[in-house]
Amino acid sequence: MDHGQGESPADHAVVAAAGGRGSRILGGATGARPVAIALFSTIVFFGAIVVVVVTSPGWPAVREAFFNGGIFKQSFPEIARAFLLNIRIFLIAEAVILPFALFIAVLRSLPGPVFFPMRALAIGYTDLFRGVPTILVIFILGFGAPALQLSGVPISPLFWGIVALVLVYAAYVAEVYRAGIESVHPSQEAAARSLGLTRFQSLRFVVVPQAVRRVVPPLLNDFIGLQKDSALVALIGPIEAFRQAQIDEAATFNFTPYLATALLFLLITIPLARFTDWLIARDRRRQLAGRGT
Amino acid sequence: MLASRAMRRLVLLLAAVVLAVSAAGCGGSKKSSSGTTTGTTAQACTKSNLHLVHSGQLTIGTGNPAYPPWFAGGTKSSYWKVDDPNNGQGYESAVAYEVAKQLGFSKPEVKWVAVGFNPSIAPGPKNYDFNIQQVSFNPQRAKAVGFSRSYFQENQSVVGLQGTPITSAKTFADLQKYKLGAEVGTTSYDYIVNNIKPSQKPQVYDTLNDAITALKNHQIDGLVTDFPGAYYIADVQLSNGVIVGRLPTIGAEEHFGMTLEKGNQLVDCLNRALATLKQDGTLQQLEQKWITGKAKAPLITQS
Repeated sequence: MDHGQGESPADHAVVAAAGGRGSRILGGATGARPVAIALFSTIVFFGAIVVVVVTSPGWPAVREAFFNGGIFKQSFPEIARAFLLNIRIFLIAEAVILPFALFIAVLRSLPGPVFFPMRALAIGYTDLFRGVPTILVIFILGFGAPALQLSGVPISPLFWGIVALVLVYAAYVAEVYRAGIESVHPSQEAAARSLGLTRFQSLRFVVVPQAVRRVVPPLLNDFIGLQKDSALVALIGPIEAFRQAQIDEAATFNFTPYLATALLFLLITIPLARFTDWLIARDRRRQLAGRGT
Repeated sequence: MLASRAMRRLVLLLAAVVLAVSAAGCGGSKKSSSGTTTGTTAQACTKSNLHLVHSGQLTIGTGNPAYPPWFAGGTKSSYWKVDDPNNGQGYESAVAYEVAKQLGFSKPEVKWVAVGFNPSIAPGPKNYDFNIQQVSFNPQRAKAVGFSRSYFQENQSVVGLQGTPITSAKTFADLQKYKLGAEVGTTSYDYIVNNIKPSQKPQVYDTLNDAITALKNHQIDGLVTDFPGAYYIADVQLSNGVIVGRLPTIGAEEHFGMTLEKGNQLVDCLNRALATLKQDGTLQQLEQKWITGKAKAPLITQS
C-alpha cells in the first residue's frame, strides 16, 4: 500500500485513478468498513440530489420535457440509425488522423537547418488548425470548397465535414505525438545511430515506437473528443444523431430526443474512457515495476 | 476515532451540497402569474389595458435578416441588413402595423426585435409581445406557444437552379429521385419527409441561408420552402434560381399565425384585430400589394 491507512477516506474519495492493490476509488483502504461507509455516503449524496430535484416545483414540467418515456421510445430507433452516421464519420476520420498527424509530428521533429521549411510548415499547420474553432473550419470547407466548382473537387458535405475534422484533430494529435517523440531520451537515438541505423531508421525503429506507446492514453482522449465533434458535421447538411434529435424536438417540443442522443454518445465514450484509464494504470504499474513486465 | 471524524466531515460536506442545490432550485423556478383574466371585449384590448413586455410600447419579433416579400422597401440599417421592418413595407410589416393600429398604437410606439425561428416556436418567456415570421400553425407548436388566427394561407414550393434536371419535375414521382433540402424545424422539412418521400435522405440546415448556399453549391438539387419567400430566393438570393413549382396542400391547410408566449392573453386581441382586418378586406389588399406571382408558378401534382 503506497499511502497511509490513517488518512480519512474523504481525502482519497476524489482520487479516481486506479492502480495498486485495493481499490483507489474507495479511498485506497481495504475491508468491509470502508466499503460500507462509501456505500452509505454515496446513497446519502445522490439520494439528497434526487430528492431535491424531484421535489422541486418545476420537476413535473422538467420530467415531461426531458424524461418522457413515450417520446423516448418513439424517437430512439431513428436517432440510433442516424448515430450510425456519426460512427462512420469518426471512424473514417480517426483512420486518417492517426497516420497524418504522425507525419506532421515527424516533420516538426526533423533536426537541422535544411529541414527548416518542413518544420515551419508543420508549425504553421498546427497553429492554424488548433487555433480556429472546429465549427468554423466545417462551415468554411463544407460550404466554401464546393463553391469553387472545380471539376474533380467533391461537393459532398459528408466528405468535407470529415476533411474538416481530420484537419482540426490532426493538429491536436500531432502535438500529442510530438510530446511523445520529445519524451524519448536523446540517448536512444544516439545509441541507434551508433549501431549504424540511419536517421530515418532510428526514428522508425527506435524513437517512434516508444513515443507512440507513451501517448496512447492522450490519443484516446482526442479520439473521444472527435466522436463528440462528429455532431458538428450536421451543420452543413447531413442528418446525424444530433440533427435527428433536433428534428424530433422541433416536431414535439420535447427535449427527450436530446437525452436519447446523449445516451448514445455515452454508450461509446464511457467504455473508451474506462479503457483509457486502464491503459494509464497498466502503464504506471509497469513503470513502478521498472518496465519490462 | 479517525473514521468518525471523517464521517462528520462528510456529513457536513453533504449538507452544504444539499443546501446549495436546493437554494439554486428555489431561485430559478418562480414564475410570475400572468395577471388577471382579460376578456375579449374591445375595452380589454385598448392599449392601457394590455399586459406588454414594455408598457406603452408594442414589441414585435421577427427574423433578422427580414426578407421580401414579408419585409420590403430596401431600407437598411446597421442592425437590419436586408429590410428594416420599421418602414412598414412588405406583407408582414404592413400586417403588423395594421394590427398595431387596431390596438391603438401609433407607428413610433411599435418596436421590432430580432428573434431566431426556432426560439420563436419554443416554449418559455419571450422578450416580445408577439412574433411574426412566417410561422405555420401546427398542433404540436400550439402546445408550446400561443398562435393567433391565420394572417396568410400558404403553400410549400421547390426552388432549383436554372438548367438542372429537377426544373422539369412535374409530379412527386419526378421529385423523389432528387436530393432535397430544408431548414431545420420547419414544416417544409415535414413536407419532404411525409409527402414527397424522396429516395435520398434530405439535407437539413440551421438557417435558410445555409440551405440556399448548399443549393448554389449543387449540394442539394432542390430547396423546399414557403412559396412566397421562394420568389425572393430564386430571383434575388440566387441569380440563376427558378421556382420548380408550388406544392399542393395535403391534409390540413397550412397557414401562418403570429406566435406569442403560451398563455399570453394578448392573443385574443390579436385575433379580434385580424378578424376585423380580414372582414374589411385589408389582408387581401395587402396580399395583393406585396405578394405576387402566385399564378406564374406551376403546381406540382401528387401523381
